[in-house]
Amino acid sequence: MRLSAAPSSRTPTPDPSPQGGGELTACAAIAARFLAVSFFAIAAINPTIADTIYVSNEQDNTISVIDSASLSVTATIEVGRRPRGIALSADRRLVYVAVGDDDRIDIVDRAARKVIGSLPSGEDPEAFAVHPDGRRLFVSNENENRVSVVDIAAGNIAIEIRVGSEPEGVAVSPDGNLVVNTSESSSMVHVIDAASYRMLASVLVDARPRSAQFTPDGKSIWVSSELRGTVSVIDVAARKITAKVSFAVPGIARENIQAVGLVLTRDGTRAFVALGPANRVAEIDTRTLKVTRYYLVGQRVWQVALSSDEKRLYTANGNSGDVSVIDLDAREVVKSIRVGRSPWGLAVAP
Amino acid sequence: MKFILLAALMLVGVAAAHADELTIAFVGRAGLVSSPYGALEAPITDQGIAGARVGIADDNQTGELTGQTFVLKHFVVSEQNGIAAVAAAIAADHIRFVVADLDEGALRALATLPGAEKFLILNAGAPDDRLREEACLPGMLHTLPSRAMLTDALAQYLVWKQWRRWFVVAGPTPADKLYAAALRRSAKKFGAAITTEKDWTFRTANARADTGHVTLQTEIPAFTRVADHDVLVVADEAGEFGDYLEGRSALPRPVAGTSGLVATGWSRVNTQWGATQLQQRFQKSAGRPMTPVDYAAWLAVRALGEAATRAATTDPDALAAWLRGPEFLVAGFKGQGQSFRAWDGQMRQPVLIAGPRLLVSVSPQPGYLHRTSELDTLGTDRDESKCGK
Repeated sequence: MRLSAAPSSRTPTPDPSPQGGGELTACAAIAARFLAVSFFAIAAINPTIADTIYVSNEQDNTISVIDSASLSVTATIEVGRRPRGIALSADRRLVYVAVGDDDRIDIVDRAARKVIGSLPSGEDPEAFAVHPDGRRLFVSNENENRVSVVDIAAGNIAIEIRVGSEPEGVAVSPDGNLVVNTSESSSMVHVIDAASYRMLASVLVDARPRSAQFTPDGKSIWVSSELRGTVSVIDVAARKITAKVSFAVPGIARENIQAVGLVLTRDGTRAFVALGPANRVAEIDTRTLKVTRYYLVGQRVWQVALSSDEKRLYTANGNSGDVSVIDLDAREVVKSIRVGRSPWGLAVAP
Repeated sequence: MKFILLAALMLVGVAAAHADELTIAFVGRAGLVSSPYGALEAPITDQGIAGARVGIADDNQTGELTGQTFVLKHFVVSEQNGIAAVAAAIAADHIRFVVADLDEGALRALATLPGAEKFLILNAGAPDDRLREEACLPGMLHTLPSRAMLTDALAQYLVWKQWRRWFVVAGPTPADKLYAAALRRSAKKFGAAITTEKDWTFRTANARADTGHVTLQTEIPAFTRVADHDVLVVADEAGEFGDYLEGRSALPRPVAGTSGLVATGWSRVNTQWGATQLQQRFQKSAGRPMTPVDYAAWLAVRALGEAATRAATTDPDALAAWLRGPEFLVAGFKGQGQSFRAWDGQMRQPVLIAGPRLLVSVSPQPGYLHRTSELDTLGTDRDESKCGK
C-alpha cells in the first residue's frame, strides 16, 4: 500500500461509480482517511524502536531470540544447563543467563549470538541482578541462604552476604545504593547496603516472596508473594509495608493465583504482575493500587518484560512453552510465539 | 536493696526467656522402620523426629528476624515408657503443642487421657480415615494425608490415563485391608472398575535368599493370571511383597498403589517447586532421604511456626484458632499453599504420584473441578464428612 499524502488535496481518485464532483471528493476524503488509519496501524505493528527479546528456556538449555518487528524466533542459542534468570549487561552488549545446574552464569555475546564465557555464581543460581555501574552482579544462592556478589571484571565472587532462608528475588535501586533480596522460606524482604553489604532492614511479607522491584523513584519496593497471591508495597525509608494488592479472577481458585514476576513502567504509573497458574497478567494503576485489567496469556506465566518503548509487555509462559505479546495501547494480547520448553525469564534489548 | 534489685532482674530475665517462645513436643515410636524407598535402603531409626528437627530449624530462621524462638522436645513411646507416662511428661513441661507419629490406637489413647484436652495434637503418622470421619477427635489436626486422599489421587491419575480396569492385590495386614477398602471407594468415586481382587497369601519371603528370584519367577505369574486389566494395584503398606510384582506379572501391566506408581504425600523424587531445597536440607541434617512421615512431621512443625509468625503470638489458644482460620496457609513445596479443612482438621495438599526414580504426576489432575478448592476433590469433602455428626 502506498503511504502518500491524502489524495483529496490534488487529483481526485478514480471512482468506479459515475457520480458528480461532490461525491468524488467525499469518496476521496474517505479513501484518504482510510490510508491515514492504515499508516498508523502499520506504525503500531512496526514500533519505532526495534527490540530483541531473549527468553531463557529452562528445560531446553537454550535461549530463544525474538525479533520485535516480525515477532518470531530468529535464533536459538545453546547455553548451560537449566537457564533461568536472564538480564542484559549494563552496556547492553551482553546477555547474562544463570545456568543453575552448572553453578555459573553464562555470558552471551549478542552480536555473535553465542556463549563467550562465564562468571562464577555460587551454587544453583536462579535469580540475579546487574548493578547499574556494570561492575557487579548480585546472585541469590537458594541452598546456601546467601547472596553472592560477583565482581564482573575480576571474574570472581567478591563477597557472600548472609540472608534469610531460600533467597530468590533480587534487584538494585535505580541510584545503585541499595539491593533488595527476598527469602522465600522466611517470607522476608531484606534491604542491603550496596556498598557495605550490611543488612539494613528485614520486613516480613506474605508467604513465599518471589520478585522484588524498586519503583523508578527508588522510594518503594514492590514484592510479589507467590503463595498468598498478593503484591506488597514497602516504603524504603520507613521500612514497612504501606499497601497490599490482591487479585481475584472469576473461576480461578485462590490457591492458583500466585504472584510471581513483576515489572514497573519507567514513569512508575503502571505495574504488571504475572499470576502463575492463574494464566493471567494483572495491570495495576500504581496510584490507585487497583487492578485495571487482567490479560489472559499462556499457561503458568512466570516472568514479564516491557518493550523499550513500553508499548508492549512480553510474558514467559512456562507450561504452554510460549511467549505472549500484549499490546498495551490496544490493551489486548496480540500474539503467542512458540519458544523452547519451560520459558522462564526475558530480557529486552533495544 | 541490692538483693531485691537482683531478684527483680532475675524475674525479668526469666520472663524474657519465655516470652515469644514456643515449645513443641514430638512423640514418636520406638524401633526400626523399613525405608519406603526399597529394600536396599537402610532401616530408619529416627523417622518423624528427623523431619521435625528440620522444621524447627526452618522456624527459627524466620524467628531470628521476628523475635520468636522455637524449641523441640523429643518423646518416644515404648514398652517401658507408655502413652500415659509420655503424656504426663509433656504436661509436666507445660507443653501444649504435640506433633505425633503414632498408630491410630496410640494416638487415640494420647488424645483421650485426662488432661489431654490442653494439647493441640497434630497427627503426622496415622493415615486412618476413621480418624478424620466417624471416630474423629475434637481439635486434632492431620498433616499426613488420609488413605482416602492417597487412593483418590491415584484413581484420578489412572482414570485420566484411561487405565480404568484394575486388578487389586491386597496384603494380609489390617492396614493393607484398609488401603484396599479405600481403593474400592476411590474406584467408585472416579469411575474405575476393579475387575479382580485377590489376597496375597504367600508367606513373606526373605528377599535376599540366594536364588530368591527363581521362586518368585514362577509363583507370581501363576498368582497374577487373571482376567484382563489395565493396572495392577497393590495394597501393601509395610512394603513386604509389592516390589516383587513389577516385571513379573502374567500380563505386562504397570504396577501402582503402595508400590510402582505410588500416591504419597512426599517422595524423594520430588524436585519441583523448589523442593530440592527442602530435600537437600533434610539429607544434610538426617543423612538419608526424606520419607512421607518425615515430611508430615516437618509440615506440622512448620505450620505451627508459620501461624506463630503471622499471628505474631505464641499463645496456644490464639494459635489453635489461627491454624483453623481462613487466613492460614503454609508453603509445602508442592506448588500451592496448604491449609486445614474446617470439617475434619485434615491438611488439604497436593498428592504426588511418584515413580521409583522420578515424579510422574501430581493430583488433583486437571479437569477435576470443585466449588472452593480443587484440593478438596481428594479425600472426604465437607458434605460427606461424618466427623462431628
